[in-house]
Amino acid sequence: MEQANPEAVLHPQAIIEELKKNKFTHVVWLPDSETNFMYQQLMEEPSLDLVPVSREGETMAIAAGLWVGGKRPVALIQNTGIFESGDSIRGLGLDVDQPLVMLVGYRGWDRHGISRDSAGKFIEHVLHAWGIDYYLVETDDDASRISLAVEEAERTAKPVAVLMGTEYGA
Amino acid sequence: MIKNIDACRVIEENRGDALVVTTMGSGNPRFGWPTVTHNEGLDVPVGGAMGKASSFALGLALSQPDRKVIILDGDGSLVMNLGTFTTISDKAPPNLYHFVFENGVYAVTGGQPIPGEGKLSFKDMALGAGYAGAYDFDNLEDLVSSLGSIFREKGPVLVNLRIMPEIENIPMHLRERAHRTTKVASQEMRRILGV
Repeated sequence: MEQANPEAVLHPQAIIEELKKNKFTHVVWLPDSETNFMYQQLMEEPSLDLVPVSREGETMAIAAGLWVGGKRPVALIQNTGIFESGDSIRGLGLDVDQPLVMLVGYRGWDRHGISRDSAGKFIEHVLHAWGIDYYLVETDDDASRISLAVEEAERTAKPVAVLMGTEYGA
Repeated sequence: MIKNIDACRVIEENRGDALVVTTMGSGNPRFGWPTVTHNEGLDVPVGGAMGKASSFALGLALSQPDRKVIILDGDGSLVMNLGTFTTISDKAPPNLYHFVFENGVYAVTGGQPIPGEGKLSFKDMALGAGYAGAYDFDNLEDLVSSLGSIFREKGPVLVNLRIMPEIENIPMHLRERAHRTTKVASQEMRRILGV
């Protein structure tokens, strides 16, 4: 079993509590390097149905289908997956006015230094270009911003992103 | 080979109250599903996210397990998103029926061959990915005689149809447009489903 990150201040349970509070039904996702601990606890949460995808572009389309059918999906992918999903975000999430919340692993984010990871350098610019608002979550205390994202997505009928800026701990 | 409209007509006659997702040729307003459907409110055309109609249909199938969900996919759309086979197979919705209108070309853009045309087998891909069943029809008579029993099978089931190409070379701004967008159809379906 992998060791928990001793410096982690963001724990999966804080995220899962937010998902439950906001009555999400499905997590449509592709795992990334930071979310293994999230996966283990997601699998054990009976109120959430995991839908693993083969590539992130499917995430937005599956979420759109779930939403049209009456469910409350959340997308959980890395920022690299947002780049790959571009046409799906545009052609479904944005064009059909879907109140989709996207939890986005912020690969390359470094509050304390300079990142040379282009995934980190581009993501906020891309979200700006699409007019997608976003929130940053780095600690358990920030987790409630997910509820803010949900409120905004529902009020505006548009996708909203939550950038997850820290690796999860156990 | 099967004409696009004949395939649509046969499926429509067997659809019951199924939700139907169309894309590209199957959703053509001149010779596709919109010309034969008797329950437009339960149809959604997905064209805005190319290749993703089957993914949208998966979400719909998972959200409405008591209804059949039929996707009328295009071969050009499907090769853009082949991972859909494994994604669908993983969740294995028993109510999903995945039709592929295989005409070998990108009919909407002038008839260029799709990659792998003449070499690929969607039926083999679906079975290899773990679909519950898969069929391949190249004539209308066999489709007509088989479709009823196919819809009684537990899905996901792939039904590949060898479709006669009907190529559009008219400039985009002169083409007849579908009168329902994905947005309008989605909202209407949500109202009808009561969600």
